[in-house]
Amino acid sequence: MAATNPEVARAGTGAPRSPLSETWRQLRGPLIYLLPAALVMLTVTFYPLVFQVWMSFTDYGVIREEGKQTLNRFGPGGLPPANYRPPQGVGLQNYTDILTNEPSFVAKLGGNFDFWRILGFNLWWTFSNVGFHVSLGILIAVLLNVEGLWGRKIYRAIFILPMVLPNIVIATVWRNMFDDQYGAINQLISMIAGSPIQIRWFNQIDPPIPGIPLPLSYYAMLIANIWLGWPFMSIVATGALQSIPKEMYEAASIDGATGRQQFWSITLPLLRPAMVPAAMVGIVMTFNLFHIIYFMSGGGPLGRTEIMVTQAFRLVNVNQLYGVAAAFSVLIAAVLIPIFLITNRITRATETYDG
Amino acid sequence: MASVATTPARTGSAVRQGSSKSGRQLKWWQQVLYQALCLFIGATVLFPVLWIVSMSLDPRNIARPTELNLIPPGASLDAYRQVLDRPTGNPVSFAELAMNSFRLAGGVALFALLIGVSAAYAFSRFKFPGRQYAMIAVLGITVLPTVATIAPLFALLNGIRITTTLLSLSLGIAGLLAAGFGLLIIVPAWRSGTAVGSTYVLGGVALLMGLILLVTAVSPPANDVFILRNSLLGVGIAMISGALPFAIWNLKGYLDTIPKELEEAAIIDGASSNQIFLQIVLPLSTPALAVTGFLSFTAGWTEFFLSWQFLTNPQDFTLAMALYNMTGQYAGSVPWSRFAAFSILVSLPVAIVYLLLQRYIVGGLTLGGVKG
Repeated sequence: MAATNPEVARAGTGAPRSPLSETWRQLRGPLIYLLPAALVMLTVTFYPLVFQVWMSFTDYGVIREEGKQTLNRFGPGGLPPANYRPPQGVGLQNYTDILTNEPSFVAKLGGNFDFWRILGFNLWWTFSNVGFHVSLGILIAVLLNVEGLWGRKIYRAIFILPMVLPNIVIATVWRNMFDDQYGAINQLISMIAGSPIQIRWFNQIDPPIPGIPLPLSYYAMLIANIWLGWPFMSIVATGALQSIPKEMYEAASIDGATGRQQFWSITLPLLRPAMVPAAMVGIVMTFNLFHIIYFMSGGGPLGRTEIMVTQAFRLVNVNQLYGVAAAFSVLIAAVLIPIFLITNRITRATETYDG
Repeated sequence: MASVATTPARTGSAVRQGSSKSGRQLKWWQQVLYQALCLFIGATVLFPVLWIVSMSLDPRNIARPTELNLIPPGASLDAYRQVLDRPTGNPVSFAELAMNSFRLAGGVALFALLIGVSAAYAFSRFKFPGRQYAMIAVLGITVLPTVATIAPLFALLNGIRITTTLLSLSLGIAGLLAAGFGLLIIVPAWRSGTAVGSTYVLGGVALLMGLILLVTAVSPPANDVFILRNSLLGVGIAMISGALPFAIWNLKGYLDTIPKELEEAAIIDGASSNQIFLQIVLPLSTPALAVTGFLSFTAGWTEFFLSWQFLTNPQDFTLAMALYNMTGQYAGSVPWSRFAAFSILVSLPVAIVYLLLQRYIVGGLTLGGVKG
């Protein structure tokens, strides 16, 4: 571990060192540990990202107008197939097509594409969900923290269930629960109402609340994702709650503070340090939450509930426009990097460890 | 972040406090009100779970459920039997799908752990030029969703086509290297008598990796040209691009919480940094390795979009792909009782391990679990 203490080593040798050999000496210790991971990440993580930026300036993919493709260079006998041609540079066209919603480009994608609507919906989706997760998480943690409540252990064990199941199963199960003909939700509503009711959760185009341009499928997915997300926040809040000394509440009630006053001026401020990083993680996770959207609404109706990551997948999987998808992914990164930097600043995650 | 990292331990001790009868008594109406609230929340949490369990037991094999009942008349395990035999229209059994998912998930998790833990150690314990930038690069990657790199990964892996002999050869060499690395860890430590549990675990993992690669090398695919993209190996490589930074970051978070005093004492005793890593840090980070490995495994077990985009041969298909084929408008004629049984079978192994590791996982999620 001498490498961690350069001053001592330098004093020992006595001779002045060039900055380069100093750098090498500091790197020598960790290098052997870093090398395998660095090599793998350079080839499978960073090289594809650089390649992605290059792709975003080309027409990589299937070019329908010409009946050509750039994906398969190898045909039978090792020769390029007849419909192969190398990708050509298109400059900034992919970016301008996406950002200006060029009509002929939108028509090529099926007519439902609107970059700014997708971005706006994605941000609204993220913040509305995380808002519910954090507030419900805190309230339920406080409820379960009430002294003398019977069966706390049992409730805690049940309430962790949504975290335990794989996301993909949760998304597919909720998709079937909201099925308009056979889903459990409509059956439950019919049972309560006493007459058969069929709500078309994923197909109704008119917004259910006039004036708010959000389709019914947004509310269905919001319900599913609230179910999925609050237990994690609740567990983080429980951990923080239990580190608040009881004396603070005792002192507050002696001073005549009501329960509500105690909640706002003791509980909430002291939960903040734990909840802010957790909310940040939640924001990034929900922003990129592929499974719920793709498996439940599939972006429908008419692409109104598409988020950035599902659209990026659709561009590759359905439209086979790899160059456009690459440009779109660069734009995703452009949205996420500021979020990441703010998160990193708030949580101080990459700061030096001096434990 | 450090304050959140200690959460699970605190939760554990406080639950014990709560169950002791020292607390004040609630007024009866408060107890009733709170119990009602808790029961309501519990009902919403359990509703989907009970729905899927009851549907999976439905013996009538009706295409779609038309009513709600907790235990359907004449409940049986028929749906499970059918799903284990042939879950989708493709001629593959549940065991084959599960084997593919298991190989994908296990391989990715083992590989990410093996080379992730040493990088995490370097980030946690060494100060070197460029450390801050390297860490921001690793953490920044975990924020970018894997879906957003699917275009270049597809294009690059699609360009790699080799003959099956070359494939077997390169897999064989990789397998021998991994196995040799494992022996290199175990044998010297065993000879000098300093081997501990984690030495065997780490060495054993490397050996296992090597063996898996060697087995794959001697049983090559049937076609004469091997397209890396259209194989589980290709999907695995694409998954590594996200799983490795996640593993490094997650493990680094745990290593940071291990106090340095033990290592300092070992330095005074003249231990080299390799000895410190293998004999002090690794044994202490066993829970972290288990949790990170489990989280990577879960991600692989339910991986969807890469396999869906890359794979075309039914014998390579995974559990998540079959599940997608059974859901909603894609379900076709698959009865929902089979869908229900299938989702339970997919969730069960993951859910059980999750509950066992729960204490450690929650801390890890707040440390760095943002990869989608």
